[in-house]
Amino acid sequence: MLIDWFTVGAQMLNFLILVWLLKHFLYKPILNAIDSRERRIAAELADADAKRAEAQKERDEFQRKNKEFDEQRAALLGKATEEAKAERERLIEDARKQADALRLSQDNALQNDRKRLGGELTRLAADEVFSIVRKALADLANVSLEERLGEVFTRRLREMDGNAKETLAAALRASAEPALVRSTFELPPGQRAAIQNALNETFSSEVRIRFEASPDAVCGIELTANGQKLAWSIADYLRKLEQDVGALLEAQPAPAAKAAPKPDDGTTLPPIAVVHPVAA
Amino acid sequence: MNLSSDQQVLWQHGFFKLNGTIATTWAMAAVMALGAKLVTRRLKTEGAISRWQGSLEIVVTAIKKQISDVGLSQPEEYLAFLGTLFLFVATASLCTVIPGFQPPTGSLSTTAALALCVLIAVPIFGIREQGVAGYLKTYTKPTFVMLPFNIISEFSRTLALAIRLFGNMMSGVMIVGILLTITPYLFPILMTALGLLTGMVQAYIFSILAAVYIAAATLVRKPKPGAPAQPAPTH
Repeated sequence: MLIDWFTVGAQMLNFLILVWLLKHFLYKPILNAIDSRERRIAAELADADAKRAEAQKERDEFQRKNKEFDEQRAALLGKATEEAKAERERLIEDARKQADALRLSQDNALQNDRKRLGGELTRLAADEVFSIVRKALADLANVSLEERLGEVFTRRLREMDGNAKETLAAALRASAEPALVRSTFELPPGQRAAIQNALNETFSSEVRIRFEASPDAVCGIELTANGQKLAWSIADYLRKLEQDVGALLEAQPAPAAKAAPKPDDGTTLPPIAVVHPVAA
Repeated sequence: MNLSSDQQVLWQHGFFKLNGTIATTWAMAAVMALGAKLVTRRLKTEGAISRWQGSLEIVVTAIKKQISDVGLSQPEEYLAFLGTLFLFVATASLCTVIPGFQPPTGSLSTTAALALCVLIAVPIFGIREQGVAGYLKTYTKPTFVMLPFNIISEFSRTLALAIRLFGNMMSGVMIVGILLTITPYLFPILMTALGLLTGMVQAYIFSILAAVYIAAATLVRKPKPGAPAQPAPTH
């Protein structure tokens, strides 16, 4: 007999015992462990999802702030650029104004220097001219400059044309004060008498005059009466000299201008004695 | 030559006796239970798990998945019974590689005991799921005429379970025993390997058929909406 019924019953019992044993020692612990791990993984996944959502939120926030920062920076940069541009233009304008003012100041100073130099030159030139003329006249003609001045003046008085003569005569008559004869040098008594005579003869009357030496006022001799003036001076000569010296000064920055003056400068000067019958 | 280890009586006292089948079953049960106890004593739910824990998890989850694939929606309820069926038969087959070991499943008494367990478990699970009346009505499906045939089918398939497993396991042991006397050395090893494969297949077939029977008893009364009722498989 292949089947032993006692064994069958025993094996059924054995099998049921084994089912119970494995249920408690194998299936339950293993399934519990798997469930626990799955719950933990699910929790971790949920946590990771939450963290990912949080990270995404923070990233969005960061990107938004970054964008705002970029916009603000661009705005500030643009504003700063505009301000810098305006400031630069203002500084350039200030510098230009200062440069203009400085140039103007330099021009004024140069002009003043030129005027001062011209005046000084005129005075020195006048002194020198008179000195030379005085010496030349004394050496060559044995006459003094003062005498020659007086002679020339009296001759010019006598040779006055009619119109000027009439005008001056009217002025002399209208003047309550004595007519003023101003000269660069102190006229000697002889010359004074000669001038007085010439006036008397020219205007056919007793002309009252007074003499005055004024070295800085005139460069020669002049008669002033009631706003009318008759003069002989070297003013034109000196003005021409001043013009030539001024032209020389303006050309001075050029290298060629630093050379010695042309030898014919003196030859182009006008005659030393010029009579100006001026009716001012 | 003994066809069954039942005839190896180790101890006897009247009706009670301790034969080779029972002894090997105890030994296997002790090894399985102690091994499970040792492995599950230090189960980890975090970090790296041990290789033994990983292996047992694979086995348990595979059995659970197979039960679920058969159609049982709550595999945890049937895991202990069906899983133990598979593990017992598989372990018995695996132990055939031990020289001189006679598997308890090579005894018709053991396979009959297992088949009887299935025979009893199927109505238990069916009644628990559908109630007594509901379960008994399954024998009159599809018509009342089928009642005797269904009853016959219930016993015949139990007999088939027992005979099939017994025949395969016993034949494997017998073939190796015979071959050892004819052609020693290499050939019996190949046949043992083949017997190992056959034993594993038998373990799978036995537990799957039991699962199918249980599924048929529990699901036949709960057809899906719009779907025809699943007929109870007969064998």
